[in-house]
Amino acid sequence: MSSEMVILLTGALVAIACALPGAFLILRRMAMMVDAISHAILPGLVAGYFLARGPDLLAGFAGAVLAAVLTVSLVEALQNTGRVGGESAIGIVFPAMFALGTFVVSKYFANVHLDADAILYGNIEFAAFDLLYINGVSFGPQSLWVMGSLCLINLLFIGLLYKELKLATFDPGLAAALGFSPALLHYALMTVVSITTVGAFTAVGAILVVALFVVPAATAWLLTDRLPRMILLAVLIGALSAVSGYAVAIALDASVAGSMAAMTGVFFGLAFLFAPQRGLAARARRLQRQRVEFAVQTLLVHLLNHEQSTEQKAESAISHLNSELRWSNRFARHITGVAQRAGLLKQTGDQLALTSQGRAKGEQRSEPYA
Amino acid sequence: MLIELFTDYTLRNVALGSALLGIVSGALGCFAVLRRQGLLGDALAHAALPGICIAFLLTGSKAPLVLLVGAALAGWLAALLLITAVREIGISEDSALGIVLSTFFGFGIVLLTFINRRGDASQAGLDKFLFGQAATLVTEDVQTMALLGGAALLLVAALYKELKLLAFDAEFAASLGFPARGLSVLLTSLIVIAVVIGLQTVGVVLMAAMLVGPAVAARQWTNRLGVMVILAAAFGAASGVSGALISVSDKNIPTGPVIILSLTAIVLASLFFAPARGLAWDAIRRRQQRANMGIESLGH
Repeated sequence: MSSEMVILLTGALVAIACALPGAFLILRRMAMMVDAISHAILPGLVAGYFLARGPDLLAGFAGAVLAAVLTVSLVEALQNTGRVGGESAIGIVFPAMFALGTFVVSKYFANVHLDADAILYGNIEFAAFDLLYINGVSFGPQSLWVMGSLCLINLLFIGLLYKELKLATFDPGLAAALGFSPALLHYALMTVVSITTVGAFTAVGAILVVALFVVPAATAWLLTDRLPRMILLAVLIGALSAVSGYAVAIALDASVAGSMAAMTGVFFGLAFLFAPQRGLAARARRLQRQRVEFAVQTLLVHLLNHEQSTEQKAESAISHLNSELRWSNRFARHITGVAQRAGLLKQTGDQLALTSQGRAKGEQRSEPYA
Repeated sequence: MLIELFTDYTLRNVALGSALLGIVSGALGCFAVLRRQGLLGDALAHAALPGICIAFLLTGSKAPLVLLVGAALAGWLAALLLITAVREIGISEDSALGIVLSTFFGFGIVLLTFINRRGDASQAGLDKFLFGQAATLVTEDVQTMALLGGAALLLVAALYKELKLLAFDAEFAASLGFPARGLSVLLTSLIVIAVVIGLQTVGVVLMAAMLVGPAVAARQWTNRLGVMVILAAAFGAASGVSGALISVSDKNIPTGPVIILSLTAIVLASLFFAPARGLAWDAIRRRQQRANMGIESLGH
């Protein structure tokens, strides 16, 4: 397998493994907890390195997962003291853990494998050269084995506990009443996130892993209201970000992990602007439509109020809307145009008159105020 | 050591710079923490990275003011996107923070590696914004920091009453006719300034703690905002200076992490041993109560 292929596959596997639990993390508002975990595993990795006297996959994993669980517990313990808000608790715990990790690395391991940049944005570029050896026999790139297993674990976790996770996410009270422990599920999810983070850490580093967990899932959230579709979309967007990010990185000769994270941002930006229901453009269109609808209603009710009264002629002049409803002339022309095309009024010269259809609609709307 | 603080050029700059950072981020952090926006600084710090790189790519200059203006603009843009995402689209604040933080940072890493691999030796050195490198602070940097930080603190002093109201009851502030949204934008901009000051000293990653830590520690000692702001500034300055002094003594110790570790020590001490709100006293009180209950129930 060529080196490019290994990088590409590793990237895609990392993105998929992270995107799988991502939907639940978004819905449970745990994005920043993931940020905290991804930083806080550093001292755990260092401790593993120290205890195993060198880079060791299992020792690193064990140390990092312990550090992650410690982080989650510490944040929750701090919150429970009532002295510190949730977000402040996160802001105290993870920098402390990360500072401890970088302190130890730079003081005692100044010359070894764990260099500072790799901590922040990984070294997926070397994925092809880090081979898995068992009893001296090479089984190919380690990153593929690790990330492949993590994808499988996460798929099994979500597949087997889908119903429970869904219930605990949307209605923790009901979940508890039905006998599924939300706390247990919470810690199970955190453990899955932790081991995924540890696996992804060497490939993409502490911060970009957050992008892969959170951003594809948030993009999917913008596109759909259904959980299964959201998970599937998140996985697809994650994989797409990995592949396109790799292409960008090659073109610019820049960091692969950074480009992957940046691409998740690009896809999110597109959905942010153009998602059919939740996007900014759709929202602006909806607001505009509501504004026009409301203005038409207002106009109908106004005309209805003054029909057959002595001041009818003055009140139903189009030029009067300026002072009556504080509409600009342009807006008044636009609204009367819309109303005429809908067959709700007729305009003769400056005078507006309700059609029977317009009268019916106006009466229907003025009722609640009568 | 203390005499060197006034005579040694590097040491003086490092200590002054770190102290300035501690004062500014400590004071501003109080408002952020009280508004439950403790992690805003974290997101904005990460978001500043692409701004620094773009400023460098456009101007070719590494003058602190140029880079910091780039950082501030990127931080501002990030804050704007954050607010839009939360207010207009309805994304949870937590997700929006994570999204802005990680994607801006990813983009920053792309630019940073792009700049580094162009291979011009003069272009190296932007990396120092990742972890901070207080030892490289020169007088010009400290002056820039003093200027920006001083302006931010003056604004806080001038608008103290309004910011106080905003921190405790934004809706009440709006109902009184204060421009709550404008004030909130101002406060965010001030936090951007604090972040920008901190980038060179503690770096992108650890900036979150510089805003949150001093405020949380100070909150333990007082119920008055004015006292809290001053205490937080003092805690920030103390951790800044002690971190700088420790790290200057050893080349292998980066400043940022040591500052954060000193700060964490202050936070822990305050959480446990502050007079009224200390957790240690809680525990003792509970134990006494339990003992008293035991004695009373024996009496019956």
